[in-house]
Amino acid sequence: MEIVLVSLLNGLVYGMLLFMLASGLTLIFSMMGVLNFAHASIYMIGAYLAFTVSRLIGFFPALIVAPILCGLLGAAIEVWGLRRVHSNGHIAELLFTFGLVFIIQRSVQMIWGMLPMAYRVPPSLEFSLFTFYGEHFPAYRGFMLLVSAGMLLALWLLLKKTRVGMVIRAALTHPQMASALGHNVPMVFTIVFAGGCMLAGLAGVIGGNYQTTEPGMADAMGPIVFVVVVFGGLGSLLGCFIASILMGMIQTFAVVINYSMLDLLKPLGVTLSDSNLFTEIMMMPVARIGALLPFVMMIVILLFRPRGLLGTRDT
Amino acid sequence: MSCLRLICYSFAVVCGLSAGWPAVAQETIKLAYTDPFSGPFASGGDEFLKNFQYIIARKNAAGGPLGRKYELVPFDDKLQPAEALIALKSMTDQNMPFVMHCTGSNVGAALIDAVSKHNARNPDNRILYLNCGALATELTNEQCDFWHFRFAGSVDMRAAARIKSLPPDLKKVYLLNQDYLFGQSIQRDSKKWLAKLRPDIEIVGDELMPFGKVQDFTPYVSKIKASGAQSVVTGNYNRDLNLLIKTAVDSGLDVRFDTFLSHLIGGPTAIGAAGENRLTSIMEFNSNVPVDLKVPAAEKFATDWRSSGHDTDFSALNFVTMIDMLTDAINKAGSTDPLKVALALEDMHEKDLLGQETIMRKEDHQLLMPYYAGVFSKDVKYDAEHTGFGWKNYMTASAADLTLPTICKMKRPE
Repeated sequence: MEIVLVSLLNGLVYGMLLFMLASGLTLIFSMMGVLNFAHASIYMIGAYLAFTVSRLIGFFPALIVAPILCGLLGAAIEVWGLRRVHSNGHIAELLFTFGLVFIIQRSVQMIWGMLPMAYRVPPSLEFSLFTFYGEHFPAYRGFMLLVSAGMLLALWLLLKKTRVGMVIRAALTHPQMASALGHNVPMVFTIVFAGGCMLAGLAGVIGGNYQTTEPGMADAMGPIVFVVVVFGGLGSLLGCFIASILMGMIQTFAVVINYSMLDLLKPLGVTLSDSNLFTEIMMMPVARIGALLPFVMMIVILLFRPRGLLGTRDT
Repeated sequence: MSCLRLICYSFAVVCGLSAGWPAVAQETIKLAYTDPFSGPFASGGDEFLKNFQYIIARKNAAGGPLGRKYELVPFDDKLQPAEALIALKSMTDQNMPFVMHCTGSNVGAALIDAVSKHNARNPDNRILYLNCGALATELTNEQCDFWHFRFAGSVDMRAAARIKSLPPDLKKVYLLNQDYLFGQSIQRDSKKWLAKLRPDIEIVGDELMPFGKVQDFTPYVSKIKASGAQSVVTGNYNRDLNLLIKTAVDSGLDVRFDTFLSHLIGGPTAIGAAGENRLTSIMEFNSNVPVDLKVPAAEKFATDWRSSGHDTDFSALNFVTMIDMLTDAINKAGSTDPLKVALALEDMHEKDLLGQETIMRKEDHQLLMPYYAGVFSKDVKYDAEHTGFGWKNYMTASAADLTLPTICKMKRPE
């Protein structure tokens, strides 16, 4: 029982980190119809910038400065890069962001080197918030929850309660119509792209010291974020939120479940004795394939509900 | 920046060769070196390259074999066997007599096979494979080959040293390894040596985790906690190790981490204070070994490395042994002919930089060498990667301790 509760909490923290990363991507994806491959790279830049900035002026100012820098970088990429290739269609945009991944990766390695950075949780947050069945819940994880929840609220207010949000939502669902009504859709694109990068940067600031800040972090986070966005559905922030939490929970629970498919069949009287590939697959514990489950779920949802969980448009 | 230098360097080499310079290079002995210099494992390859540059510069300054100089020629294999084979083709096209390679047993296995076939078909243009870190035990057992020499302890040897160095009061361990060839062989050999050397220890958890795919280690930490383990014995490295230890310490999990590879470059920086007095590793060398053994020459070798503009620590003692043995073998053979050098290397006994006996075993071409167990501590003369913590050595497994049986049946050239 206690492991279930502990895992629920752990899954929630991880899910919220995923959401911070995925929400920006989902906005960009819904708006421009382009999966921004470089999104996780911006996340990495956010972490590195936070490390450098926090050395100069402390962690909390870095929490503000680093995402803004990432937002500016995003705006620059959109204005001078993406917008130019936009006229050549989605494939060109896709390839453009794909190329960016390698350029950013290499630049980070050249600027900061190949080794992990000593980017640590600030001392003021380095204590245990409470003890949960003998396991400490670090204050920093609470802080992550707080920041991500605050971000969710701010995003919701911005999109639902302001005029800018209204235009963005209109451009999300009916881009041609919004353009026909005289709104500057390219400008909205820039804002959304910069905003998405800012959110990725924020996730980098928070995630960089929760995990490790190293050149491989973009590769590690990239695929799972795509899964969340596709699973959650195009154009739906709520779907993205549900998908993030779900993926967080699934990955957390998969690890603590020690059962295999064979255990599931045991009550039915099925036993396998000989050793072959099939038996081996059946006997493999869920924990060993846990990291694959999100991808399996993505394939399933693409097969049966191509627009994703709460998607409003087809992919 | 060093990558830039590397690119320029490789470019210059390629240009130089294709332009067919009259070449001062004719006099040099070319040491081809292939490892990943791009991609997620580039940090390792880059560091090893610097190690070799340092070692070879010193060797050349001391005269070099047959009065000639070594020339290091790097090739990027991206940790892909196919890329390594393309590199090998390029090396043999240029008549390079030696290829060194340190990372990835999958690449190692491919190289052994390709080198063996190439040498059988081209007796006038042979190449010798000097393995400095592809660790799978199979490479000197089932897959052993006359043209392959390994200058690093196999997984089996490391596991023996690892289990031997577990503290006597330890009763419950949790095995956590990466789910691929290397992790699985660590898992298998750890269990083998636990049963042999420490039957009193209970294995309360035995798990394989996806290699490099886990982002959140809290569920693993919960599981380890629930198992009641006193120590996590793990072959994990890089991110898979650093994140595990960080998460464990944050969650207040009070266990030891008895690792195989936490001393690898970047590990001490990423783990930091979290590892104090609970993190141990099995090493070829660290800066504090010469202090303990009172070998000033070796201590100077390590401090010179640090003071010559490197942010990291020198740990690749086996590379030094490799270049030393190669040099002596070339001198003994009187030529760089791979066959003559290979015969000279076999059964070579040599004292390493620390004055310890090492032997290149003739039966399987495995170097028998000592390993040192160290714990991450503040109480040391030299810290690791400027973290304030360094490796305090508490046990040595000598070459004799690690002389393990082999099942190699080597086919020797006539």
